[in-house]
Amino acid sequence: MTDVAVFKDHDADRAVRVKWWASRVAIYTALIIWAVICLFPIYWTLTTSFKLAPDVMRGNMVPWWDYTPRWKGWESLGLSPRLIGEVSTVREEFLKRFWNSAVVATSASLLAVILGSLAAYGLSRFNYRFGFMRNSDISFFFLSQMILPPVVLALPFLVLYRSLDLLDSQIGLILLYTLMVLPIVIWIMRDQFQGIPVELEEAALVDGLGIWGAFLQIVLPIALPGMVDAFILSQVLCWNDYFFAALLSSTNATTLPVMVASQTGSQGINWWSMAALSSAAILPLIVVAIFLEKYIIKGMAAGAVK
Amino acid sequence: MVWGTAALCAGLALWQFAHETGRVEAGFANWRPILYAYMLWATALCAAQVMVRGEAGKRTLFVLPAALFVISLVVFPLLFALYISFTDWNLASVNGPQPNGWDNMVQMWNDQFYWNALKNMVYYVLAVSVEYVIAFGLALLLNAQIRARKFFRVVFLLPLMLSPVAVSWMIGKSMLEVRFGPISRVVRELGFEPSFFGTPEVARFMIMAMDAWTFIPFMMIMLLAGLQALPREVIEASKVDGATGWQSFKEVIFPLMLPVSVTAIVIRIIFKLKLADIIINVTSGGPGGATDSVTSFIFREYRDRSNVGYGTLLAMVYLVLIILFVTALLKLVSRWMERPA
Repeated sequence: MTDVAVFKDHDADRAVRVKWWASRVAIYTALIIWAVICLFPIYWTLTTSFKLAPDVMRGNMVPWWDYTPRWKGWESLGLSPRLIGEVSTVREEFLKRFWNSAVVATSASLLAVILGSLAAYGLSRFNYRFGFMRNSDISFFFLSQMILPPVVLALPFLVLYRSLDLLDSQIGLILLYTLMVLPIVIWIMRDQFQGIPVELEEAALVDGLGIWGAFLQIVLPIALPGMVDAFILSQVLCWNDYFFAALLSSTNATTLPVMVASQTGSQGINWWSMAALSSAAILPLIVVAIFLEKYIIKGMAAGAVK
Repeated sequence: MVWGTAALCAGLALWQFAHETGRVEAGFANWRPILYAYMLWATALCAAQVMVRGEAGKRTLFVLPAALFVISLVVFPLLFALYISFTDWNLASVNGPQPNGWDNMVQMWNDQFYWNALKNMVYYVLAVSVEYVIAFGLALLLNAQIRARKFFRVVFLLPLMLSPVAVSWMIGKSMLEVRFGPISRVVRELGFEPSFFGTPEVARFMIMAMDAWTFIPFMMIMLLAGLQALPREVIEASKVDGATGWQSFKEVIFPLMLPVSVTAIVIRIIFKLKLADIIINVTSGGPGGATDSVTSFIFREYRDRSNVGYGTLLAMVYLVLIILFVTALLKLVSRWMERPA
């Protein structure tokens, strides 16, 4: 009696274990395959930036094993150890683009987060009436900006900016990027504010704070994590934008993606310098992804789950 | 105060308009001062809200800045766009805009490349379904009991962080390069002659693949968030009831995930409709317009021919089509969701 039971258990156990191992192997294989798909282009770009022309042509892949890494690619950016101390026009050019990207993306995200949080807070707390528009209409108005394709705005803006003398200026790009990420910020922040209990502010109002006082002193600190999510997400979006930057800037305010794109176009393809440039353009984002991954995921997930 | 600044703004604008058209000699070199006057008016409007309407005004102040910002940066340019789309404005011409009635419309009607680009957009949007399947699979994988989950999550997120321009160089121009690119090598090993951007179908597929590579993480994360928000008890209950993995997925997880899926797909489609960067940088629409998206087509219309008037009309038509399409989509989705399962 007991023997049979033990045997049965054993059999079932074995079957389960085999199945378990099979599913483990399948899951990890799939994970690793996709990880390779994600990583290989990045790996390829980084390694290519240390290759010389013959290495590229021979298709060498692994540094130190089938080719010797050289600084040639980075030298063309003026960023190699040998040239780092010297004056280099290319490096200055690169740093200027980098700086432009950073300034534009940061200020646009800041502006969007400020405007967006205010609007989102208002929409999640009070009832408005502008003519025929109620709260839901206003929210829809803001969110509907998301479907506006950039081309529609790009050409009128081009003409407007020309007469406003904002063409090729950082302010112009900042305004446009703010507009671009504002719906996303509002979306994330509305979610955030709705998660904060109204009683908190009611208590604050009873304690004699005004509406703005309650918002600034009580609600804002609680909502700060959400604002960080929104900020980082919009930062990434602005940093990566190419379309507007390509149309609306020519020399002064050009951002990094435009520089990368213009290099591919001009002189055939200069493999090592292009690879170095691309690597330099993506490295900050990779760093951001690795360290701030949590916030980005939270930001994107905010809208998905209601 | 509001009226005062508004009058100032309007007056300045009128004056400048007169100056531009040559009726008044004195004027500013550009329209910048009108912008300042406009900003002054906006500030005054906000301040007046508080002063005149007190508490209610303070509430309005939360939404008003953002609303003003969006209105002035969207509605005004759109109206302006409507005007220039009916002109023959070419930035290279000296005459400035001349209204030309329906000429642009007629030109658009006969413009094969535009219709071709629209047709391509249909293909591109359809590709979202494949992306969705892959993204759902990945989300399920990440949601499974695995080690090093954080590592895989970061790795899977990476493509989304890279700018499309860098991607188009990394993959489109270097890895797919016919002579030395690693993928070309693999293809050659397999016995084919690599030519990724020669034939229309392959080229279009390549663009789709690159775009998918960048944006699959986006859907994946939304779906993952949805999966993690699922009530555990339901899934466990289905297991207790003896459902196999596939059954519990089909009968329990998938229906519960429908709302999230729909959100993810709709947002992804909206992003897809803006697809341009990769196309501009990798194929610039070639071969023969096979990979052109509407956005990249209009981009070249401006870049190569400075045709602002015609380009704007194309963009406006595209906007109308998009609005129709997205509204229909949302209607369809909401009706479908309300239907009892």
